[in-house]
Amino acid sequence: MRQLVQLFAVILVASLGLMAWTNALNRSAGYAGADTITVFNWGDYIDPELLKEFQEQTGITVIYETFDSNEAMMTKIAQGGTTFDVAMPSEYAVERLMEDGLLVPLDHSKLPNMAHIDPRFMDMSYDPGNVYSVPYFWGTVGILYNPEAFDEPPVSWDALWDPSLRNDILLVDGAREIIGMGLNSLGYSLNDTDEEHLQEALAKLKRLTPNVKAIVGDEIKMLMTGNEASAAVVWSGDAAEIMWENEDLDYVVPEEGSNLWFDSMVIPKTARNIEGAHLFINFMLDPENAARNAEYVGYSTPNATALEMLPEEIREDERFYPGDELIARLEVYENLGKRMLAYYNDLFLEFKMHAK
Amino acid sequence: MARTRNFYLIPYVAWIVLFVAAPIILVAYYSFFDVEGQFTLDNYAKFFTPIYLRMTLGSFWYAFLITAFSLLVAYPTALILTRLKHKQLWLLLIILPSWINLLLKAYAFIGLFGKYGLVNAVFETVGIGGRQLLFNDFSFVFVSVYIFIPFMILPIYNALEELNPALIDASRDLGASAWTTFRRVIFPLTLDGVKAGCQAVFIPSLSLFMITRLIAGNRVITLGTAIEQHFLVTQDWGMGATIAVFLIIAMALIMFATGIGKRGALRG
Repeated sequence: MRQLVQLFAVILVASLGLMAWTNALNRSAGYAGADTITVFNWGDYIDPELLKEFQEQTGITVIYETFDSNEAMMTKIAQGGTTFDVAMPSEYAVERLMEDGLLVPLDHSKLPNMAHIDPRFMDMSYDPGNVYSVPYFWGTVGILYNPEAFDEPPVSWDALWDPSLRNDILLVDGAREIIGMGLNSLGYSLNDTDEEHLQEALAKLKRLTPNVKAIVGDEIKMLMTGNEASAAVVWSGDAAEIMWENEDLDYVVPEEGSNLWFDSMVIPKTARNIEGAHLFINFMLDPENAARNAEYVGYSTPNATALEMLPEEIREDERFYPGDELIARLEVYENLGKRMLAYYNDLFLEFKMHAK
Repeated sequence: MARTRNFYLIPYVAWIVLFVAAPIILVAYYSFFDVEGQFTLDNYAKFFTPIYLRMTLGSFWYAFLITAFSLLVAYPTALILTRLKHKQLWLLLIILPSWINLLLKAYAFIGLFGKYGLVNAVFETVGIGGRQLLFNDFSFVFVSVYIFIPFMILPIYNALEELNPALIDASRDLGASAWTTFRRVIFPLTLDGVKAGCQAVFIPSLSLFMITRLIAGNRVITLGTAIEQHFLVTQDWGMGATIAVFLIIAMALIMFATGIGKRGALRG
């Protein structure tokens, strides 16, 4: 009995010691106090040099944490156990966070660099008046393809249904993206909630299954870099990354329309250093910083002034900086509500089951 | 004496209540709510629709295949292991891969089985020609078996180690052939190890989710995949919990069906 009590005592003392040590380390790393901000972002989605420069300029230490899905990020913010001063959710997640009252309105007077954002990307449907969010990066969903496998570029979604592409297409593992592709290919909106249209899209997608090699996540980058398939439905940012590694590939946004996505900077309700958060957002909106960040990350910047600073071959690349005519055909994902999102996912699950 | 024994029980009871009973109760509780938090029985009705029933049957079929192939490889391996000189070293080498992160192993297999991977390169060299090895049933079962094999080998190896050698000698003395000895003596007396191994493989196989995407490219959809989708993507915890309830019931039934009883012979 005495031995058991001694064992518990040793474990307790060791645990308390470790906690004290961790706390001391956190303090030395700047995890406490008003001179820190915690930034919650996608992995490898910022130039680390900019974080250092921000710290040098403002004296505010940046604690950088990452997430791998909007859902994981929203859950963490909603639970409120962790303090995040700035987060970078996608547009539909911004809408969900707004609905749930989990965001702090931005003080535009503290964000003078907002003036550099391209007016086309301001005042979007998911956040009218940019009350809660500022665009960070933007892009499209399209077809990444190997020109050798196609007689002509796949400018239509229907090109993917070509029997010559049997077992040669990779799809991104996202219900909105793939059901949206089915809807767009039929001329419907990718925010369609008409069950008849959705069933029609599912029926068409089921006819695509002989051509589908796999439905994958982040590993699509590795697979396409290694020429594992002739075509893939991907986000433009991933396409740019893959094409940097594999110059044989090309990217096109189909003419029927597609998704226009945004990752935005927001201040969650859990923020402790709201002043520091505004300073950070404004720093990232500075044209010079935004240009450097866009070059490092390889995604499209919504900062019009920063775009002018980028090399001409990037600036003039219609695949990643499409003109007004194409942008007019693109749609932002709307928050369809939990019930409809669940329905979309059920349809996607049915499509996956059919892909056997 | 009884008071002391009860005192010692406290940590175990607390552990069972907090980390076994409470989560099961919570999962069951959540299964009665829809995506908007309203009380409903629709989740259970939905589970019995063709899509989820197909998924359930598929999950059981793949779990059965993984278990069967694991057993097929593990039993002879365990048998050979018991007869080797440096058995502990060999056992360590078998266990070693289970120390490596599952994600890393999955990525390694993507590299091996890819269109331009090592296996296809070997096939090309020997004149077989390239094959589609990734994103199909074969790759899914193969990688799953590779992952679960140590969990099948260990209990069988332990059962074989505990087996009284005198019983095998007696069988031989009585004129039984090697096959008869195995069939009538060795295998029946190591059945508890086989059952434990099958439990350790079959139950986790039912709820595999990461390698269904990485290795099978979502061409294999298990109940685990659906749970992950409902909890992490749609955040429809009710439906995710409903599938989990059926998984828990299935696992309980499997454990009951393969219940392990102590046998005197195993004690040697």
